[in-house]
Amino acid sequence: MLISYLPILVYLIISIGLAVLIVALSEALGKKTHTAVKDLPYECGMVPISDARHRYAVKFYVITMFFLVFDIEAIFLYPWGVIFKPLGLFGLIEMGVFILILMVGLAYVWGKGALEWE
Amino acid sequence: MTISIPSITLSNIGPLLTLTVAGLLLLLMDALTPKGKKGYFPYLSLIALVIAAVQTTMLWNRSGTDFARMIYVDNFAFFFYLIFLLATGLTILISIKYLEDYHRNLEEYYTLLIFATIGMMLMAAGGHLILIFLGLEILSIAIYILAGLFREDVKSNEAALKYLILGAFSSAFLLFGMAMLYGATGSLFLDDLAQAIKAGVGTNPLLLFGMGLLIVGFGFKVSSVPFHMWTPDVYEGAPTSVTAFMSVGTKAAAFAALVRIFFLVFPEIKMEWNMLLWGLAVATMTLGNVVAIAQTNIKRMLAYSSIAHAGYLLVALVAANQLGAISFLYYLVAYTLMNLGAFAIVILVARKKDDYINIYDYCGLGFQYPALAAAMSVFMFALAGIPPTAGFVGKFYVFSAAVEAGYIWLAIIGVMNSLISVFYYLRITVLMYMRPAEADLGPVTMTPAISSAVLVTAAGVLAIGVFPGPLYELALNSVKIFVGL
Amino acid sequence: MVVPLIYYIALSSALFAIGVIGVLIRRNAIIIFMCIEMMLNAVNLSLVGFADHYQAIDGQMFVFFVMTVAAAEVAVGLALIVAIFRNKATVNVDELNLMKW
Repeated sequence: MLISYLPILVYLIISIGLAVLIVALSEALGKKTHTAVKDLPYECGMVPISDARHRYAVKFYVITMFFLVFDIEAIFLYPWGVIFKPLGLFGLIEMGVFILILMVGLAYVWGKGALEWE
Repeated sequence: MTISIPSITLSNIGPLLTLTVAGLLLLLMDALTPKGKKGYFPYLSLIALVIAAVQTTMLWNRSGTDFARMIYVDNFAFFFYLIFLLATGLTILISIKYLEDYHRNLEEYYTLLIFATIGMMLMAAGGHLILIFLGLEILSIAIYILAGLFREDVKSNEAALKYLILGAFSSAFLLFGMAMLYGATGSLFLDDLAQAIKAGVGTNPLLLFGMGLLIVGFGFKVSSVPFHMWTPDVYEGAPTSVTAFMSVGTKAAAFAALVRIFFLVFPEIKMEWNMLLWGLAVATMTLGNVVAIAQTNIKRMLAYSSIAHAGYLLVALVAANQLGAISFLYYLVAYTLMNLGAFAIVILVARKKDDYINIYDYCGLGFQYPALAAAMSVFMFALAGIPPTAGFVGKFYVFSAAVEAGYIWLAIIGVMNSLISVFYYLRITVLMYMRPAEADLGPVTMTPAISSAVLVTAAGVLAIGVFPGPLYELALNSVKIFVGL
Repeated sequence: MVVPLIYYIALSSALFAIGVIGVLIRRNAIIIFMCIEMMLNAVNLSLVGFADHYQAIDGQMFVFFVMTVAAAEVAVGLALIVAIFRNKATVNVDELNLMKW
């Protein structure tokens, strides 16, 4: 039974070994120089303006929460999509009601001004 | 591929539809109308509740299931619908002034209350484990938000977070239990579960494991010992009107689902759960009553008292006979009335920022505000179980059910617990009438809404205490669905 | 090769237990939420396993609802954590101790 998985094991060993080997070789053989520019996160790109671990405006979290809630509702659209034809008009109406309820939620969020950035 | 679409009768879920539409409408109107023009929101919600109640009474005596067996359409569910609608209506009446005093712009409150009511109704009517779970979560998520409604108040924040963490934690246990039941029987319908157990999977370890996890999950929701730790903190920190709603609504809803599952699905394996619940009932009653004695904050005292009452309700569940089921329903109605009444008085006395929340603030209330003190005494007598109030009759039914089922000791422990509880309930009455006022309470404003709530609850407690007959008949009518009892 | 049912039960029980322990011993509210998510996902795993075992669709349906509800719970939880952080500048549950008996 398990013997059929042997190629995968061999493959894993070779790929991990190769990765370790390359990093180790370049670490051992390469010449190291440190300059201020070289130690930047992006050596040839944008110059970072500050540390990554600073506080974000709370607006981002609010948008995240809305995204989380509205995005997860899409999960119910997939099963409907799978059996769209057999369900016919009945399914269309049911999903219409479902989406209408979501729209009310969106209208509430909008009306309360939670989507305004400033 | 063809799919047969089950026939559905929308009138069977009429009350739920009414409330859903009302809740969504309120949500939209809240977002679209300018500030300061929303004073009619509570009255609109009350109208929706009344319509739903009328629809429920029109549905009375229908029986069977609907929506492909997802929903039970029976008197047991309708009885609970009425309890929930009553609790929500009274909560709205007692919270109008309280919310206006605290903050101008909290109209989501009414929408959330209505959504919570829908969740509770789904729990009482659910015939499928998914539906019971969804009802529970609709209820819980609405109440998490309600508990944290006072955003600037650190205590309210803390209560909400504690409730959310422990609520989600307990939901996970409940879910795991449901998954295990599914694993043991291969179905999520309560009917099929009952049949599978009758057919003899009773000794399946998965089933017993699932049942234990269900007890843990529901134990959290009804705040039975040893899963009660969150109750006092959350009850103290949440806005008082929300505490009132929580103490009555969530408890009734969780018990509705618990009773339906245990009386419908598990009566065959009663041997496996009755001693467990016996222990829980005794621990819950005793701890609730003993710790309540030590409390000086009235909200915490009522929190421990609500734990104790969960214990009495568990006694009815342990008895698992017809009288037990009847007493259970009767007791829930009585508890709803007396607890909401007591909280109405607490709101009136505590005022805006919960300024007068210590029990010694009640000193001399009997001389300053005789009507308030009289009403409070009625509720305290009822909670303590002193005749001729509803609390006495309810306890009488509960303990007779226990005796009838052969649990003599359970009844004796219950009665002893009632005696302990008399001490801390009557202490409030003694303070009100026999001590001079310690602090000047200042003017207590009685609005028509809250006065009518106090009046209705006080009259109700006395009326069903003196004439328990009609309510008993209604309850008897509602529990006929449990043929296994 | 069919994976035996007991493997699903064992794995989901183990995940569930890890989640429970995490909730009980961690002190950061956000990590507690992650542990609760883990408990819910353990349940999902066992539901899918049972659904596969019984060749029934109910269990998979249940998973959809659990996922949605979990998202809603987390959204409310994050909102509460933001509110608490504004008032108290901490998310350590040990420091949320205004109320004690």
